[in-house]
Amino acid sequence: MASSPTLTRDNHQQQAPGPGPAARPRRMGRPWALIAACTLIAMILALPLVFLLIEARGSGASTIAHLIFRPLTATLLWNTIRLTVVVTALCAVIGTAAAWCVERTDLPGRRVWAVLLVVPLAIPDFVISFGWASLSTWIQGFRGAVLVMTLAVYPLVYLPVAASLRGADPSQEEVARSLGTGRVRTFIRITLGQARGAILGGCLLVAMVMLAEYGAFEIVGYQTFTTEIFTEIKVAFSLPAACGLSLVLVLLSLVVLGGEGVTRGKGRISRSGALTQRVSPPLRLGRARLPVLAGVVALAALALGVPIAASIYWMTAGLPPAITGVSLLAAAGHTAMYGAAAAALATLMAVPVALLAVRHAGPVRQFLERSTYLVLAMPGVVIALALSYFTERYAAGFGYQTASLLVLAYAIMFFPLALVGVKASLARAPAGLDEVARSLGEPRLAVLCRVTLRLAGPGLVAAFCLVFLSAVTELTATLILIPTGAATLATQFWTYETNLSYGQAAPFALVMIAVAAVPSYVLGRFFDRSADSKVRT
Amino acid sequence: MRVNRWGSVQALAAAALACGLLAGCGGSSTGASGQSITLYSGQHPQTTDKLIAAFEKQTGITVNVRSDDEDVLAAQIVAEGSRSPADVLYTENSPPLQFLQDKGLLAAVKPATLAATPARYSSPRGDWVGISARVSVLIYNPRLIARGQLPSSVLQLADPRYKGKLGLAAGETDFQPIVTSVLRSQGKAATLRWLAGLKANATGHLYPDNETVANDVNRGTAAFGIINQYYWYRMRSEVGAAAMHSKLAYFAPRDPGYVIDVSGAAALKSSAHPAAAQRFLAFLVGQQAQEIIGAHSASYEYPVASGVTSAAAETPLSKLQPNPITVGELGDGSPAVALLRQAGLL
Repeated sequence: MASSPTLTRDNHQQQAPGPGPAARPRRMGRPWALIAACTLIAMILALPLVFLLIEARGSGASTIAHLIFRPLTATLLWNTIRLTVVVTALCAVIGTAAAWCVERTDLPGRRVWAVLLVVPLAIPDFVISFGWASLSTWIQGFRGAVLVMTLAVYPLVYLPVAASLRGADPSQEEVARSLGTGRVRTFIRITLGQARGAILGGCLLVAMVMLAEYGAFEIVGYQTFTTEIFTEIKVAFSLPAACGLSLVLVLLSLVVLGGEGVTRGKGRISRSGALTQRVSPPLRLGRARLPVLAGVVALAALALGVPIAASIYWMTAGLPPAITGVSLLAAAGHTAMYGAAAAALATLMAVPVALLAVRHAGPVRQFLERSTYLVLAMPGVVIALALSYFTERYAAGFGYQTASLLVLAYAIMFFPLALVGVKASLARAPAGLDEVARSLGEPRLAVLCRVTLRLAGPGLVAAFCLVFLSAVTELTATLILIPTGAATLATQFWTYETNLSYGQAAPFALVMIAVAAVPSYVLGRFFDRSADSKVRT
Repeated sequence: MRVNRWGSVQALAAAALACGLLAGCGGSSTGASGQSITLYSGQHPQTTDKLIAAFEKQTGITVNVRSDDEDVLAAQIVAEGSRSPADVLYTENSPPLQFLQDKGLLAAVKPATLAATPARYSSPRGDWVGISARVSVLIYNPRLIARGQLPSSVLQLADPRYKGKLGLAAGETDFQPIVTSVLRSQGKAATLRWLAGLKANATGHLYPDNETVANDVNRGTAAFGIINQYYWYRMRSEVGAAAMHSKLAYFAPRDPGYVIDVSGAAALKSSAHPAAAQRFLAFLVGQQAQEIIGAHSASYEYPVASGVTSAAAETPLSKLQPNPITVGELGDGSPAVALLRQAGLL
C-alpha cells in the first residue's frame, strides 16, 4: 500500500486483489447523474422500437402471423441463423488473430496494417459484390455469402480486441509464465481472457449485424429473413407488415444478447495490476515472421484488394459520363463531416452507458445498457422512417431533413458499435483511481476526463473509428434524412451505380475507402505516440 | 504536455460535432422568382435532369430534388404525414402512385394537364398523370438462344425447355404488371402454375433488378430475360454498341406479357406550394418536356403526350400492340405480390 497519495508512473502499485467494486462500500452513493444520462440515451435509442410497435399494430396480428408462419419464412430464418453463426465464429477467429498480430508482435509495418485491416468495413456492399462476382461463379449462395460477409465485417471484432490488447497489463502474463505455464496456455487463459469482453462484444456486433443483413442477397443471391422485410416495403408498400417482421429480428437479437450475457458470465474482467502504465513488449516472431506476415497480407489483399481492383477496372473501362452529379470534393466533405460528428456524438453517448454497465452493474442498469443494442437488428430504413415519423408528427417537423437529425440518426444506428469499443478498454480504468483523484479534491467531471477517459483512450478511438467507418457507407437512412440538395459519397455512388454508370461510380468508391482510412491513421498515430512515451519508464 | 494533448482532442471532438451541426449548408434554395418546390423523384436522372433544368429556366421556380427508390419515397411520404416537405412525387411505375391515391394523399390534377395525354395513361380518378411509358420486351443473347427458339407468349416461359436459360428479376416492380396481366387473363390457379414453372426455369439466375438482368444477358450468363425496353438502349449508350451482344424481341400482339408500364407524377395534398406543383405537372406533359424525354435525353422512354413521337430508333409507341390491360386494372400490384409470395419468388 502506498503511503504517498500521489501515483506516478514509476510507482508500480499492485492493487491488492480483493472483493470487486460491488462489494466495496459505496461511499459515493448512487450515481444519479450517470443513471439519468443513461436513461435519456436509452429512451432515444428506444424510439425505433416504439415506431416498430406502432406500425406493426397498424398491420394487425393476423397478417403478420400469416407472413411469419409460412414455409418460406422458416427457410429464410434458417438461412439467417446459419449465416450469423458461421460468420460470427470466423470473424472472432480472424479478428482476434489479426488484432494480436498487429498489437502484440513485432510484425513489420504494424502501423500500416492497423489502418488497412480496419478499412474493409467502409467498402460499399455493391463494390464488394461486383468485385467478387466477376472473379468466379464459385462465389454463390451460402459459401459465397460467408466469404464476402466475413471479409466485410471482421473489423467489428478487430477494433475492440486491438484496443483491449493495446493497453492490457503485461504483468499477469509474466506471472503466469514465471509460474511455469506454457506459452500457448498463457495466451489462451491470460491474453484471451483479458480480451474476453472485447471479443464477446465484437462477436455480439457481428451477430446482430448479420441478423439484419440484406446486402448478402444482392451480392450472391443468398436470401435472408431481411429479404422478406425489404420485399414488404419495396413491392407490397406495406411498412406495417415490414415492421411486424422486424420485430422477429428484434426477438432473435434478444436471444443473441442473452447468449452473450451467459457466455460472458459473471467473471470480472481482471483489473489487478492495471494501475501500471507499462505496455507489454512485443513478441518476437523470429522464423514465424514470414508466415504471419503472409497471413496478414492475404487478409488485407482479399478484403481490400479485390474491391479496389474492381473499382479501378471500372474507372479505366468506363465511358463518357451520362449523368451530371455532385462533385467528388463536395460529397467527400459532407461524408467526412457527418461521419466525424456522428462518431463523436456516439462515443460521447457511449461513455456514460459503458461506465454504468462496467462500474455500477445492477439488474435495472444492465437492462438499460442491453436495451441499447437492439437498434442494430433494425434495418436503417426503419430507423430513418421512425425519426421521420416522430419529428414530423410530435416535434412539429423541427430539424427534419437537417444535418443535425442525420447525425443523430447515425449516432443511434451505430451506438452499439461505440459502446462495445468503449467497454473494451474501460476495464483499464479501475474505480480505485477515480476515487483517489476525487479524494484529492478533483471535481467529478475533471476526474472523468483526466483519469478515466485517458486510460480508456484506445477504446474511445476504437469506438470513434467503428462509427465513422460505418457512417461512411450508410445509404438507406441517409437517402431519407439527408438535407435536400446535399449528397454524401455513398448516395452519389448509389445514384451512378443504379443507373449503370459504373465508370462515374468507381471514383466515389475509392474516395470512400480513402476517407475511411483517415481517422484510423490519425488516431492510431496519436495513441502510438502516447504509448511510446509510456514505455520510456 | 499530456494535458494539452487531451485538451486538443477534446477541442477536436467539439469541432467535429459543431461541423456536423453546421453542415446543413447543402440545403434547399429558392430561385429567381422566390419560389421553390420539393420533388421526390423515383425516376432515373437520365430522364429528370434535363426536365428539371428546362423547367427552372422557363419558370424561374427552383426544384429541389430528393432521389430514392419509389417505394421508400411512398413510405416516407406516409410516415411524414401532413407536414411532408414533398410537393411533387415522380415515379418510375404506377403502383406507388395508386397506393398513395388509395390513401387519399394526392391532390387532384388540373383537367387541362390530364387532357394533354391519352386517358388510358393517367389515373382513372384524376389524381396522377402519366408522363412516359415503357414496354416489356424480351432481351436475348443470340449466341445462347436463337430468335426462333424464343417464346412468343409470356405464358410459354414456364415451358421446361427453357430451364436454366431464363434470367428473372422477380422483385422488380416492372415485373408485377406482367403478373397482374397474366392473372387477369388466366386466373389464379394457372398463374400460380406459371410462376412455379418460371421459378424452376430461372434457378441460379434470379436477380434483384432489371439492370442486372440486362447486364447478365449481355454478358452471356443468362440466355434471355424480360425487361423494359429502355434498359437495353441505356445499356448501349453506357457500354457502347461494340459491347452489345444482346437483342430485343417483342411478344406476340396483345399477349399478356406485352404490357405498357406508365411512369407518372402527382402533386401531394399536403403540399405547401400547390400552384407551383401543378405548374410542374403541366410542364411535364407539355410539348417541350415530352420532346426532351423522346429525343434529347438518355431516357429512351416513350413520351405519352398526344402528338409527340420518340426520335430514338425504337418501335414507335403508336405501332406497339400491347395487351389492353388498363392502368386501373394494374392497380397497386397487391394481388400480383400476393401470388409472387405464394410462389416463393418473393
